Amino acid sequence: MFSRPLSRRVFLKSSGGALVGTLAFATGSIALLAPSRSWAVTTELLTTHEGEVLLQFTRHVFPHRDLEDAVYALVVKDLDRQADTDPETLTLLRDGVTALDRQAGGDWLALDAAQRQASVAEAAGSAFFEKIRSSAVVSLYSNPLAFAHFGYQGEEGDMGYLFKGFDDLTWLPDPGVPDSGPIPGV
Amino acid sequence: MAQFENRKSFTHDDDSVVVIIGSGAGGGTLANELAQQGIDVVVLEAGALHDRPDFLADEWPAFSQLSWLDNRTTSGSWRIAKDFPNLPTWICKTVGGTTTHWAGASLRIQPHEFAVRTHYGALEGANLLDWPIGYDELAPYYARAEDKMGVTRTNDIAGLPGNNNFKVMHAGAQKLGYECNTGHMAINSQARDGRPGCQQRGFCFQGCRFGAKWSTLYTELPAALVTGHAELRTNAHVAQIEHDAKGRATGVTYFDKDGKLHRQKARLVAVAGNSIETPRLLLNSASAMFPDGLANSSGQVGRNYMRHMTGSVYATFDEPVHMYRGTTMAGIISAEAGHDDSRGFAGGYEMETLSLGLPFMAAFLDPGAWGEKFTGAMDQYAHMAGMWLVGEDMPRETNRVTLNHELKDQHGLPIPNVHYDDHPNDEAMREHAYQKGSELYAAVGARDIYRVPPYPSTHNLGTCRMSAKAQDGVCNAYGQTHDIPNLFISDGSQFTTSAAENPTLTIVSLAIRQAEHIGRMMKERVV
Repeated sequence: MFSRPLSRRVFLKSSGGALVGTLAFATGSIALLAPSRSWAVTTELLTTHEGEVLLQFTRHVFPHRDLEDAVYALVVKDLDRQADTDPETLTLLRDGVTALDRQAGGDWLALDAAQRQASVAEAAGSAFFEKIRSSAVVSLYSNPLAFAHFGYQGEEGDMGYLFKGFDDLTWLPDPGVPDSGPIPGV
Repeated sequence: MAQFENRKSFTHDDDSVVVIIGSGAGGGTLANELAQQGIDVVVLEAGALHDRPDFLADEWPAFSQLSWLDNRTTSGSWRIAKDFPNLPTWICKTVGGTTTHWAGASLRIQPHEFAVRTHYGALEGANLLDWPIGYDELAPYYARAEDKMGVTRTNDIAGLPGNNNFKVMHAGAQKLGYECNTGHMAINSQARDGRPGCQQRGFCFQGCRFGAKWSTLYTELPAALVTGHAELRTNAHVAQIEHDAKGRATGVTYFDKDGKLHRQKARLVAVAGNSIETPRLLLNSASAMFPDGLANSSGQVGRNYMRHMTGSVYATFDEPVHMYRGTTMAGIISAEAGHDDSRGFAGGYEMETLSLGLPFMAAFLDPGAWGEKFTGAMDQYAHMAGMWLVGEDMPRETNRVTLNHELKDQHGLPIPNVHYDDHPNDEAMREHAYQKGSELYAAVGARDIYRVPPYPSTHNLGTCRMSAKAQDGVCNAYGQTHDIPNLFISDGSQFTTSAAENPTLTIVSLAIRQAEHIGRMMKERVV
C-alpha cells in the first residue's frame, strides 16, 4: 500500500476508486514500518468518494485520534472485497453512502466533525452501520500496521519470548521461585 | 508425516474393532489406552490433520484453521445468543480436537465437588446430582493423567516461569492475601517425554508449534498408531450410530471428505465429540426402537448443558505489561474455588490469567460495542493485564442441546440448537468474581478496569451425564450408557456437575479409567 511514486495503476483504473494519503505521524510506529510516507489503497467497486465516506464513517465508529488513515483504509479495502463477492453488500454500502450524502444536503464529508458524529450515532443499529462496525472490528485490528500502532507484536512471537521479554516487567516486585518457576537453562 | 501413518487399517465390515468418535482429550486418550492393551480401535475424526508446522501465529486465520465452525443455533437469555448466535462454542474440528486449542490448566476437581447435591442441598431451578464416582476412586487416575501429560508442580516437575501478565496478577494477589503461582499446567517447563520446554510464544490457543503443551495430536494419537492396533481416519464425520434388534450398537455410518457415506461395523462404540456433537449424534441416531435417540430412556440426553460460569476482567496500568507474551494461562488463584455459603452462592471459581492478541481483544472486549469507551480500552492494549474467571455453573434440565429440524448441515443432518439461561447462582458467582478480580487489579494501581462478558464456550459439559440410577442420567460411572452396554460416552458430556476446574485433566483421567474397564469387559466377553 506504500508507494513512491503512486503506481500508475491507481490512476489508470477504469472502475472502482483509490484512497491515497500521507502518513500524519512522521515518527509514529507505522512510519517506522513504512517504506514511504505516501500510501494508496485501491478499490474494485467502491468509488473514491464512497471509499472516503466509509473511511470517515469508520473513524467515527472506532475513533483512535492518533491512528493513521492508512489503517482505516484497510477497512474500506475489506468492505470493497465483501462487495465484490456479495452484490447485496455493495447495494447496502452504496445506498448507505447515498443516504448520508442526501441527509447532509449533498456531501456528507462537508459536514463538520460534530455533525458527522451525530449522523453516525443516528445510524447505529442499522444494517449499514452494523456491516461497517462488524467488519471494522476485525479488519481494523487484525493487520501489521494496527499491531505496530497498538503495541502488539503479532507473529514476532512465533519463535517465543522466552529470551525476548516475556517477563521484562520491572515496575512490580518479582514474584520469585517457587510462585514463579525457574527459567530453563538459567 | 510418518507419525500419523496408519500401520494397520481395518475393513469396514470388521466387527471386532472399537470405534471411537473424536480424537480430543477423551477420544484420543481412550484410543491410546486401548491400543496399548492390544485392543484394535478405529478413530473417526471429523476434522483434518493440522500438525505443529501448520499452526499459525495469527488469531483469525488460526481460528478458521482449527475451530468447529459448522452452523449451530442458540436460544436462551445468555449473552452469547445475542453476540455470537451461531458460535456458542470455541472448540476445534481438527485431529487432536480441542487439545490443540486448550490453555493447559490441569486442576483436579475438589472432593466435595463430586457430591454437590449432598453439600449444596437442593437448589431451585438446578438439576443437581452427586457423581456416581468419588474423588478417592478417581485419584489414582488423576495421578496417571498428570504423569502422562507432564503437569507442572506434580511428579517433581518444576512450575513454569511467570510472564508479565502473571507478575501483575501475583502482585495483586499479594495485596488481597491470595496464594498465586504459575499453576498446574500440562505444558513442559523443561524438555520431557520427547517434547521440548515452553518457549513462551503466547499462542497456546492457536496450537503449540513446539509441542510443549500436551495435546493428543502429538502424544496419544501417534503412540496409539505405532502399536499397530489403531487406525485414524480424518475428515470422517459420523452421521449415526446403528444398533441391532437386541438394542446393541453394531457400528456407525460416517461421511468421508468427499461426502461419501460409509458404514463401519464395531464391537463397541465410544462417543467423544464434545458436549454439543455427542448428544446431537445420539439424538440424530433415533430409530424405531429408540425414537427419542440412543441411550435416552431417561430423557436426559442433551440436557444439563453446562459451560462454566465465566467472565474476564481486564485492567490497564500506567506502565506497559505486554500480556500477550508467554503462556496464555500463566497464573492461577484458587482461593475462591471452595464452597462457602457466606458469599451468597454455592460452589466456587478459579481466577486464571488470560491474554488475547489485539484481534481477539477487539472481538471479545465488549461484543457489539463502538465509540470512545471501546477505543479508549484498545488504545491501552500494551498496558493491559487480564484474567479469566471460571467457576461451577448449575446444571438445568432446560439448558439443553436439541436438534434444529429446520436447518441441515453440509451432510443434510439436523444441526444442534444450544439453549442456555444463567441460573441465579451463576449470576451471583459472576458478580462476586468480577468484584474480586477488579479489587485485585485496583490494588496494583489499575487505571481502568473492564468486565468482559463470557466468550463462546471452550468448556462444554454435562449433556450425557453420569448417574447412579438409570432414570437420572445417560451413563454410569465408567461412561457406559445405561441403555446400551456397548455404547460409551468418553468426553466431558459425562460430567454430572461442572465443578469449578478446567475439565481436561478430569476428561483424560476418566478416559484412562474407562479404557481399563472396557479392556476388562472385553476380556470377560461382557461386551
